[in-house]
Amino acid sequence: MAVYLFKRLIRVVVLLLLISLVVFMLFSVLPTDPARLTCGKACTPAIIEANRHRLGLDMPYIQQYWLFVRGLFVGRTYFAESPSPIECGAPCLGYSFKRGEEVSTLIKENFPPTFWLAIGAFILWMVIGVFTGIYAALRRSKWQDKAVSGIALVGYALPTFFVGLVFLFFIVLKWGLLPYPSYVSPFVNLTQFLQTMILPWITLAIVSAAFYVRLTRTQMLETLGSDFIRTARAKGVKERVVLMRHALRAGLTPIVTAAGLDLAGLLGGAIITEAVFTLPGLGSLAISSVNDADLPVVVGITLVAAFFIVMANLIVDLLYPVIDPRVRLT
Amino acid sequence: MALTVSAPSPGDVTADIPEEVAGRSLWQITWNRIRHDRTAMVCLVVVLMYYAVALLAGPIMVRLGIDPYSFDGSAVSDNAGAPYGAWGGISREHLLGVEWGTGRDILAQLLNGLRISLFIATVSTIAVVVLGIVFGIISGYSRGVVDTMIGWLIDIILAFPFILLVLALSGVMTQRLEAMGVPEGNPARITCLIVLFSVFGWTYLARLIRGQILSLREKEFIESAVSMGSGTTRILFKELLPNLWPTIIVYTTITLPVYISTEAAFAYLGVGTLPPDVTFGAMLGNSVGYFRAVPSYLFIPGTLLVVLVVAFSLLGDAVRDALDPRAGRV
Repeated sequence: MAVYLFKRLIRVVVLLLLISLVVFMLFSVLPTDPARLTCGKACTPAIIEANRHRLGLDMPYIQQYWLFVRGLFVGRTYFAESPSPIECGAPCLGYSFKRGEEVSTLIKENFPPTFWLAIGAFILWMVIGVFTGIYAALRRSKWQDKAVSGIALVGYALPTFFVGLVFLFFIVLKWGLLPYPSYVSPFVNLTQFLQTMILPWITLAIVSAAFYVRLTRTQMLETLGSDFIRTARAKGVKERVVLMRHALRAGLTPIVTAAGLDLAGLLGGAIITEAVFTLPGLGSLAISSVNDADLPVVVGITLVAAFFIVMANLIVDLLYPVIDPRVRLT
Repeated sequence: MALTVSAPSPGDVTADIPEEVAGRSLWQITWNRIRHDRTAMVCLVVVLMYYAVALLAGPIMVRLGIDPYSFDGSAVSDNAGAPYGAWGGISREHLLGVEWGTGRDILAQLLNGLRISLFIATVSTIAVVVLGIVFGIISGYSRGVVDTMIGWLIDIILAFPFILLVLALSGVMTQRLEAMGVPEGNPARITCLIVLFSVFGWTYLARLIRGQILSLREKEFIESAVSMGSGTTRILFKELLPNLWPTIIVYTTITLPVYISTEAAFAYLGVGTLPPDVTFGAMLGNSVGYFRAVPSYLFIPGTLLVVLVVAFSLLGDAVRDALDPRAGRV
């Protein structure tokens, strides 16, 4: 187990470094000149050159990358020669010259809406998805099963942004049941927070729950036909226990895998949902940074998102033996 | 071949194969099952109609005397640009109304947009499938170092936040493509989307195919082909590939609608063709400013998009069921 963990951790670190290298390369070969973007209309080549040097953009790419990676582990100092250098402590994801802020600060500021959106939607769709899936499996081939499966199939195909727009149109604009979404922290104004988040939660949950309904149903059908379920029922185990502890547990592995990756994907920014409901999260930060050609922020968010996905993969793998004791990690 | 059922001979074990499948090729069985599936047939007709309309978009527009480009100042009010009449100015000249401000015909924009959307989704899917087959076969058949390297490549690509990277890279990629000689404007933008979709899309199919190749290559028919002196090309394309068709067909029909809604989502976010060549997603994005006054801006493109994507997804699901040898027996 310890050896396995060690091997996996090394793999994670190598993967993250490779990803950072690819991201860095992708954005280094861009024809947009970051130095040109630093000065406004009254710009002379001399100022651009000075800025290029000040930002370290005149260094070879490999050296820029080295500084970036070093910054991740030990931090780095921007404008070391100027009278007011900027200290960027480890893990330093970079510095946005456009906004005059450290990328990690920007990400921290924009993370809470994304976090709440992801967690709330996740809980909602997992509960709906798994329980509806079990229900459909129990009513297999009856009309309830067909109805649930049909709805899930349609729900899964619905484009998120259209669902969100329809909700906005009817519930907010037409019927006025909820005020227009405007994000506040749940610790400041819980009511407004809930009023803002409920529609994004439902929007994301509809599409994702549909997937988990189908997955759970398939898994349950597979295990419900097994001998150990018959044995459990025969020895008089309560139906609830048979379903949750025996049947669901045995088919849980793919559900946990998908759930972990989906949650991680959302934590890196639910770009479309955030755009529809104008939530000031990582996704919105990403869009505005792309529009401003604010590369350090784009690189930073990409890496954070990749980090979540890689870590989710690791955690899911480590959970396998917990879910299914037959699995041994070697 | 492993997947075709040989005709029953007297005393043959295959004699008890149900009449539905006996002596028929895989495609005959599949088509037979789909033909008897009412939902699948309706969806197939809907999908074919969309394609037919997209292919005939030019003649249809000529016949109706509309085009997506010309302004119609008489259909909108002079100061605010609001369309005259209900539902976005639906009239005999403009069957589905006109665009706010310019008076451009909505039906013509829809026809033109459908053509673009379907083109992007279809070509992307073909590219993704081809890349997936090539990488999957290479990875599974060569094993060793090449397999490991492709595995890492897949891990890296899967860890990237797809939407964010497409947002960030599309602008630059378009410029690159234009510099490489792709016609400026929309041709370059469409090519860019297709390239990005393909580069990020092939991983899942490659993994599926790799897994199948790993098990197929140990089967006797490959061994016999090798012992008879077949070359690698023959083994790959004549022996292995035919066994992969079911996987490939199912993956293709399930993936195409995903790319239709992905394209729409990017168009909604502002990545895609430039107006006046707008697709459904962009029309939905534009509708946000007006849908309080003109709900049809939201509901006409939205409904058309949802019907297309849902019908296509249901069709994909039916094809999967029909191609599944275990279907009907579970």
